[in-house]
Amino acid sequence: MLYKVISLQILIGLCFCFSSFNLLAAIGVYEFKDETKQLRFQQLTAELRCPKCQNQNLADSNAEIAQDLRTKVYQMLQAEKADAEIIEYMLARYGEFVLYKPRLTLQTALLWYGPFLLLAFGIIIIGFILRQRAKTFTEVNKNTLPSVDNKKLAALLNPTEDKK
Amino acid sequence: MARMWLFLPVLLFFILGGLLWKGLGIDPKILPSALINQTFPNFKLESLKTDSKMLTRADLIGKPVLVNVWATWCPACRQEHAQLLQIANSKQIPIIGLNYKDERESALTWLEQLDNPYKFNIYDHDGMLGLDLGVYGAPETYLLDKNGIIQYRHVGVLTAETWQQLQELIHAL
Repeated sequence: MLYKVISLQILIGLCFCFSSFNLLAAIGVYEFKDETKQLRFQQLTAELRCPKCQNQNLADSNAEIAQDLRTKVYQMLQAEKADAEIIEYMLARYGEFVLYKPRLTLQTALLWYGPFLLLAFGIIIIGFILRQRAKTFTEVNKNTLPSVDNKKLAALLNPTEDKK
Repeated sequence: MARMWLFLPVLLFFILGGLLWKGLGIDPKILPSALINQTFPNFKLESLKTDSKMLTRADLIGKPVLVNVWATWCPACRQEHAQLLQIANSKQIPIIGLNYKDERESALTWLEQLDNPYKFNIYDHDGMLGLDLGVYGAPETYLLDKNGIIQYRHVGVLTAETWQQLQELIHAL
């Protein structure tokens, strides 16, 4: 059985077909012999970004280059290439930009984990300040309070003990 | 001395602010080429003029060249044509055309009508070389050194200012 991939854009495009025939050119129907490949195609075109129309993925874009790249993804899938190979192919030509799911690199790591680093830095500083404050507070107390007779103080705090 | 540490947040604020300020000036439409400092992709394509003659990467190697991606369907290409002619006339660097996803007939008429700045043209009808090169919209211009290594890519109309920049790069080669 043949499965036909009709992306969302095509469905939307169909609605407009009655008003414009130009849209017909943008409708590409790719035929797959098995379902897993079709799913992989949908996933890949959703994750890869169109280099020309920057806020669309390959599946949604009508740009010439997006059509070419969709066809390329299709051809590579038919040639039994792995997803990683297809992504590598796009990366080599269009750079990190084409990935909607960026890889973990030094730059992305800084972006993703940097805020936590700053948070930890803030907590350390607050801890440092609090400790400093507590230290000066006890020092002040030591210096200003008059010396107390410990026996008297104990008697005052615990009068019953005295009577035993 | 310990009080000086209190100014650290202010300093951090200015560093972050400076970075963000710089980020405002970056045009997100201009993508860095993934192929900078890499050799021009290999290809075997017909010449625009004579379909029997096959061109390969070897035809681009030997001395620095500009490779200009163009097509008759691209209005911005018409806009930069005068600048290309001027560069060709200056005889500083040969320009090689990459006729991208175009029809031979109309491309040849274009060159006849507007004059031909190209040393020769690679006829990339299917856009497969364009794909290998990471072309995402004509016009694009690539500067190759004598070993065929891509030194620079310019996306969009080639203006007099871009030519100035290119000249500096060419002299540095």
